[in-house]
Amino acid sequence: MFRILSVLVENNPGVLTRVASLFSRRGYNIDSLAVGRTEDPTISRMTIVVEEDDSVIGQVTKQLHKLVDVIKVDDITEREYVDRELILIKTDADAPERSEIMQIVEIFRARIVDIGQSTLTIEATGDEGKIKAITEALRPFRIRELVRTGKIAMLRGSSFTTARSGGQIKKETDR
Amino acid sequence: MKLKGAQILTKCLEKENVEAIFGYPGGAVLDIYDALYESQLNHYLVRHEQGAAHAADGYARATGKPGVCIATSGPGGTNLVTGLASAYMDSVPLIAFTGQVATTMLGRDSFQEADIYGITLPITKHNFLVKDVRDMPRVIKESFHLATTGRPGPVLIDLPKDVCQKRAALNYPEKPQLRGYRPVLDGHPLKIEEAAAAITAAHRPVICAGGGAITSGSSAALRQLAELCSIPVTTTLMGKGVFPENHPLSLGMLGMHGTRYANYAVNECDLLIALGVRFSDRVTVRTDAFAPGAKILHIDIDPAEIGKNVRVDIPIVGDVRRVLEQIYRQLEGGGASEGWLSRIEEWKKEYPLKYNGGGDPIKPQYVIEEIGRITGGNAVITTEVGQNQMWAAQFYPASRPRSFLTSGGLGTMGFGLPAAIGAQIGRPGETVFNIAGDGSIQMNIQELSTAVTYRLPLKVAVLNNGYLGMVRQWQDIFYDGRLAYSDIPGPDYVKLAEAYGAVGMQVREPAGVRRALEKAMQINDRPVLIDFIVDRQENVMPMIPPGGTIKKMLEE
Repeated sequence: MFRILSVLVENNPGVLTRVASLFSRRGYNIDSLAVGRTEDPTISRMTIVVEEDDSVIGQVTKQLHKLVDVIKVDDITEREYVDRELILIKTDADAPERSEIMQIVEIFRARIVDIGQSTLTIEATGDEGKIKAITEALRPFRIRELVRTGKIAMLRGSSFTTARSGGQIKKETDR
Repeated sequence: MKLKGAQILTKCLEKENVEAIFGYPGGAVLDIYDALYESQLNHYLVRHEQGAAHAADGYARATGKPGVCIATSGPGGTNLVTGLASAYMDSVPLIAFTGQVATTMLGRDSFQEADIYGITLPITKHNFLVKDVRDMPRVIKESFHLATTGRPGPVLIDLPKDVCQKRAALNYPEKPQLRGYRPVLDGHPLKIEEAAAAITAAHRPVICAGGGAITSGSSAALRQLAELCSIPVTTTLMGKGVFPENHPLSLGMLGMHGTRYANYAVNECDLLIALGVRFSDRVTVRTDAFAPGAKILHIDIDPAEIGKNVRVDIPIVGDVRRVLEQIYRQLEGGGASEGWLSRIEEWKKEYPLKYNGGGDPIKPQYVIEEIGRITGGNAVITTEVGQNQMWAAQFYPASRPRSFLTSGGLGTMGFGLPAAIGAQIGRPGETVFNIAGDGSIQMNIQELSTAVTYRLPLKVAVLNNGYLGMVRQWQDIFYDGRLAYSDIPGPDYVKLAEAYGAVGMQVREPAGVRRALEKAMQINDRPVLIDFIVDRQENVMPMIPPGGTIKKMLEE
């Protein structure tokens, strides 16, 4: 089962290595990991998608929290959140195919960001389902290159994952 | 006034009241050594950086204060690695400083460059690479805080040579600022209530105390609880000494080579009170068959330990001593039933630890019993790893905490001698015994020279069976007696000890054991090594085979 962890970390060199090596050492599976600076330049935020059972997830969050550079770990899977991924797809696109591709782009509210002599580069953002759908829709036109970010996610409404809101993971005593 | 980075380091160490530094100089730490030259700090020169790490570790385990070691870049740092990993596995507070090539040379495969920061990431509680001299005071403050609080552990600080040479003002912070690090010390009130109720309700309770009980200074609180409710106490290898082993409620050690009665008690208890333990596989042997009928109450300062290896019914995150005191205040009587205690007494009578004593050749267990008798269980013991370690755990009656120092988690052969050096320096007036095997002692024998230099009167008891004994035992039991490379010839230990300037003795007959130990106890200005030629075929028993249960326990 996939869990989405929103993790606030010190914006220190090495913090990504610490997190990545923790996952590899303990044998946890990362599906995706996206990291970038937050509104506070001293803090980075990682959105980590982990594929593990509930029993293992408890260990993952505790082990993450043990890292000194980790400020907060929020498992937002069960809560209301917005998530996005970004994908760039370069397809073969000869003249006759272009209009068809452009229609697909239109339907998915994606954008064409580059046109080559025989290629089109499409940018799409959305949740995982949409990204998957547009990828499938474009596959018949021969995808030459594909690059995507990991998932980034944020709680909806007036729920926040911030350094100030406690800092601890839930109550430490739960299993 | 601006100071050089190296001077900032020594000033900060003085502010932290560091009394002993174990180290070995080299190119990248020349500035640090130059600063040490003019400081009041006590530096002990070891003969190999691994010795520095273990000595600092032994010092920390024996005193409860953080151990400090220094090594140069490249091979100096990599030689610390085993020591850091040992300290990490056993949660020992250690601060390691390594030299590093200058920041301008980093990443160019410079002479004696190794990425010690990267190498030690998974074996330190935290580590730093300091690239700006102005960060140094803060980093040192944070390191001491991290190493000694919460679940203690080693911290490494990598110091490039130019950072040690550059100057900055010394502003040593009063308090560390670490927003991602806030250990929980007090137990949650609801869980405390639940724990107290469980103890009151239990008929067949057992306490299992581990290294965390020693780290938190829980001996008195533990004894208070055990005596109030008549709860038998077993300890892990790391917990040995936290509860006096001559106490009627003591069950000794549990686990793979634990006493039969400790393992029976855990197997049949209805409440297991686990204090600062991590349920290692050498304790549980098979987690699904561990304490099958018991509610498990687990108190530990590290939330990640709770539920990691075994199911837990009442988890409490906090400092073991504080939580025990919290529980004690809430207790409303209760305790072990008469039936339970008499059952345990019967087990103790029926299945004592034993060996076939008397007659030639010397039994290794007998040597350890004699060490126990001559020191009254009041010595500081360090062990190596293997049979010597398990026999020491079984037959040495530890009477107080911080007096049985052993590499439990990593199982590092070569730990005992340098750890004994650190322990003797940390507790100068006390008798320190390194119980060793002939395999292990050869792994860091060079540190005998360190002990001679500082006139440390530590005693080394080599249980010499000419084998890597535990390997030989497993080969005999599980590999059809195919003794592949476990037969290990050694040097003439008497000559070797004498060559280093220590006193060397050899004992071949049981009658000579006591006399040699008495003689060793008289020597107080240099180390003594006694080579006990013991029964080659002796096994550590009882033994629960790996993956087995108590029903499969092997006996001699």
